[in-house]
Amino acid sequence: MFHVKRYDVIVVGGGHAGTEAAAAAARRGAKVALLSQSLAQVGTMSCNPSIGGLGKGHLVREVDALDGLMARAADDAGIHYRMLNRSKGLAVQGPRLQADRRRYHASIQRQLAAYENLDCLEGEATSLRIVNGQVAGIGLPDGTTIAARAVVLATGTFLGGRIFRGLDRAPGGRIDERPANQLGTQLRELRLPMGRLKTGTPPRIDGRTIDWARLEPQPSDQEPWRMSPMSRGARLPQLACAITRTSSATHDIIRVGLETSPLFTGAIESGGPRYCPSIEDKVHRFGDRDGHQIFLEPEGLDDHLVYPNGISTSLSVEVQDQMVASVAGLERARIAQYGYAVEYDYIDPRALDHRLEMATLPGLFCAGQLNGTTGYEEAAAQGVIAGANAAAAACDLPPVIIDRARGYIGVMIDDLVLQGVSEPYRMLTARAEYRLALRADNAEARLSEWAGSLGLLTAERSDHLIRRMAMRHAAAQGDVEHVDPELVRELEEDRRYAPYIQRQSDEIARMRRDGGVAIQSDHATLTAIPGLSTEMIERLERASPRTLDEASRVRGVTPAALAALWLHSRRRA
Amino acid sequence: MTDTIFALSSGRPPAAIAVVRVSGPQARAAGIAIAGTLPPPRTAAMRRLRDAAGETLDQALVLFFPGPATATGEDLLELHLHGGRAVVAAIEAELAHHSGLRLAEPGEFTRRALGNGRLDLAQAEGLADLLEAETDLQRRAALAMAEGALSRVVTGWLDRLSMVAARVEAELDFGDEDEITRASAFDLPALVAPVRIEMEQMLSRPPVERLRDGVVVVLAGPRNAGKSSLFNALLGRDAAIVTDIAGTTRDVLEAAVVRGGLPFRLVDTAGLVGETADPIEAIGIARAQALLGTADLILWLGEPAEAPEGSLRVGARCDETHHDPASFHHLVSIHDPASIDALWETVSKRARAMLGDGGSIMPHDRHRRLIAEAIVELEAINGNDILLDAERLRVVNSRLGTLLGRDATEMMLDALFGRFCLGK
Repeated sequence: MFHVKRYDVIVVGGGHAGTEAAAAAARRGAKVALLSQSLAQVGTMSCNPSIGGLGKGHLVREVDALDGLMARAADDAGIHYRMLNRSKGLAVQGPRLQADRRRYHASIQRQLAAYENLDCLEGEATSLRIVNGQVAGIGLPDGTTIAARAVVLATGTFLGGRIFRGLDRAPGGRIDERPANQLGTQLRELRLPMGRLKTGTPPRIDGRTIDWARLEPQPSDQEPWRMSPMSRGARLPQLACAITRTSSATHDIIRVGLETSPLFTGAIESGGPRYCPSIEDKVHRFGDRDGHQIFLEPEGLDDHLVYPNGISTSLSVEVQDQMVASVAGLERARIAQYGYAVEYDYIDPRALDHRLEMATLPGLFCAGQLNGTTGYEEAAAQGVIAGANAAAAACDLPPVIIDRARGYIGVMIDDLVLQGVSEPYRMLTARAEYRLALRADNAEARLSEWAGSLGLLTAERSDHLIRRMAMRHAAAQGDVEHVDPELVRELEEDRRYAPYIQRQSDEIARMRRDGGVAIQSDHATLTAIPGLSTEMIERLERASPRTLDEASRVRGVTPAALAALWLHSRRRA
Repeated sequence: MTDTIFALSSGRPPAAIAVVRVSGPQARAAGIAIAGTLPPPRTAAMRRLRDAAGETLDQALVLFFPGPATATGEDLLELHLHGGRAVVAAIEAELAHHSGLRLAEPGEFTRRALGNGRLDLAQAEGLADLLEAETDLQRRAALAMAEGALSRVVTGWLDRLSMVAARVEAELDFGDEDEITRASAFDLPALVAPVRIEMEQMLSRPPVERLRDGVVVVLAGPRNAGKSSLFNALLGRDAAIVTDIAGTTRDVLEAAVVRGGLPFRLVDTAGLVGETADPIEAIGIARAQALLGTADLILWLGEPAEAPEGSLRVGARCDETHHDPASFHHLVSIHDPASIDALWETVSKRARAMLGDGGSIMPHDRHRRLIAEAIVELEAINGNDILLDAERLRVVNSRLGTLLGRDATEMMLDALFGRFCLGK
């Protein structure tokens, strides 16, 4: 097994959150172990083979601005680039690409291997080691432990994971992989607030059995943009996607099949996402629609698998076969792997603070799907923050917190830790009140220098940043000759929205001022504040805001309650 | 640093004395600047108040209270001035020039007292209730508000605008991945216009402050028409200087009175003439004309044919002068109390019609400000740049959300996912 070893930070889980957490902690100088049930799976894209999108593309660019792995891995594997909302303002354009699954995985593994202070270990974390109410390491199945001052849990859907397909049930976090049940049991015993969510995945189709000629192709963007400004050199050969749609025949098949659907038989009771519904949900809730789009997305250059985006399902194998065969171009298509739904434990993120540390269990950080989010990009973004702050806790460094005015990452984490989730949380540009200022194209300008001051950048990135900031400076002086063209556009867009952004500065100033007013939200304090109703006390206690600004965003908290909190804090001061 | 605030804290001038209070870290410095020296703490003394150029503004009683044992918990300066409007205006203007000082917002002294622990919330609310519910009508309006009549209307607006915002956000967040936006174009300005019109209608109603400050009834007419006599008769006391010399009332006099559960502000004006040699009278006349524009009701004592539109034509001194009854709404004599009561009857009826029965919605100043801001944003929506229109809608909905104490983004997302089939 392992040598008895000490680390500053142990990261449990090798998905998007876990790999970014491990790398971020390592960039800050911590000695890091990344623990995964299967090292071969580290860096796997477990669902759709795409990175980015509207809102999500912003997150990818921000992760990249913090020198994360995701954008460069996506560029290393990009086989189809598409800038969404190209016809609209830059603030809502969403970079999105299809990634070759194997090349993406290889890129993440390669990037991780470059960190000398990061060890990848294979094994299952069966318990958290807790000493004096503080996390002290991880227990392994053989009874040994690995010591660490901070632990990041990034276990995705593996805690208490249960897979559903038709009337079949199996334990598991991903198909053919075991769930992490022992750890889940311990977390429940620790009385951490937890709940259940569900998500799903569509069947995968053998691309050689699709009648591509009959379908509308969707080519990759001509303009050779990249996800990360660090990515250089030529793109991989680009593939076209294709669009088809379900028919009323498909919908009839689904309606008949609903009786074998775990969603409708009541086997799955937990909440799924409203915006990424399964095809049976779509047919059920939007019965008047005569068809739903399906994007056929190739999974790789040397891979026959195709991901039919839009028909996530947990219907029985038989129904999935019939359903797929009813779609134009897929009449003779062969399903290589059937779709399924997975129900899993998540931790109520309101138990976390803005550093993603568990308030009641110092040293424990949580990131990714475990916190009730959905999507690779959301997971990666939390991973960077959890990893950077775990390193801070272990090595006495300053915390890394992004506020709502600085980045989408800040919007997401603030939403999570104050509002909690009732469905898997997905990033949307509509959630960002400072959307005009927070663009995917200016993530570097917004975040990188700050990240550098916190020791989050590698030397290579710092050099790149110095060059780019010099270019920005030159461009601002009107000298655009040796400036990257995207930086010129960034500047133009800054100027275009400057008056509106200026107007928001009052709002931001108020937010930051109220952010400076500390409040206590423990039960004893809240019950002692005159004028707070029981309902307000409950809401505040659950979200445990630490400043007046945070309290103002806790759902359902009234202005009167805020006034009472403010008064209490003023008197204490 | 905390601003230092000042405001007139006694009633509306003119009055015998007007008290201006200054609260905050600059109160002492401002006092020294304007009064030369300050008397010992909590001791009243006469001081000559001067402006920066050394011109005397007033002779006043000055008191200084060092914080924190003051009403606001801060350093507090009180200036007891002669209660003329010009004096108060001059002092306020002088204070405003002092750096770090600004005019207090409504309720700001109370807020500071709250913030510094000099009052608790219940006391502050009790105070506000006391200040605000002086008449029966006000009580009923407050009740209507408390029962949520305003909230219901605003919730309706927010619901409708959330649907519009959802449509816009669907276009922004899913437009490129889904079919909804290709399905139908939409005319954003036309979608928001009906709500904007309703908002404007609500703002055209009298504000609830009208209940507190009173319906403004202005007595107007040519010189020596008997305005001041009628003013006093309506008040039932000798509040105005009454003589029979034309032009005696050279400025504007005002008095608050409650009649039949309704608050009024009676305003006596200088007689309107084409020309006057007296510059002070000229100013008074100019003010009278300005006041006519802000009046809720004008009692016109001049020639019926010259009466401003909508005014009550009153024939005064009907015991001395012959008026044609057909040309007037009322004929009155100050020696005939029944004629004065009858005039009051009509004035009250007009006021009641104007204010509603108190059960209708009268938005507060705070509400009006939020709604007015929302209207400005809605007017700016032009369908040119969807991103900017989305930003405007966000501002509108956040204002309405603030008014209701609800999270507008969440409402919009509910509308978004409830209505559109989104995501792959």
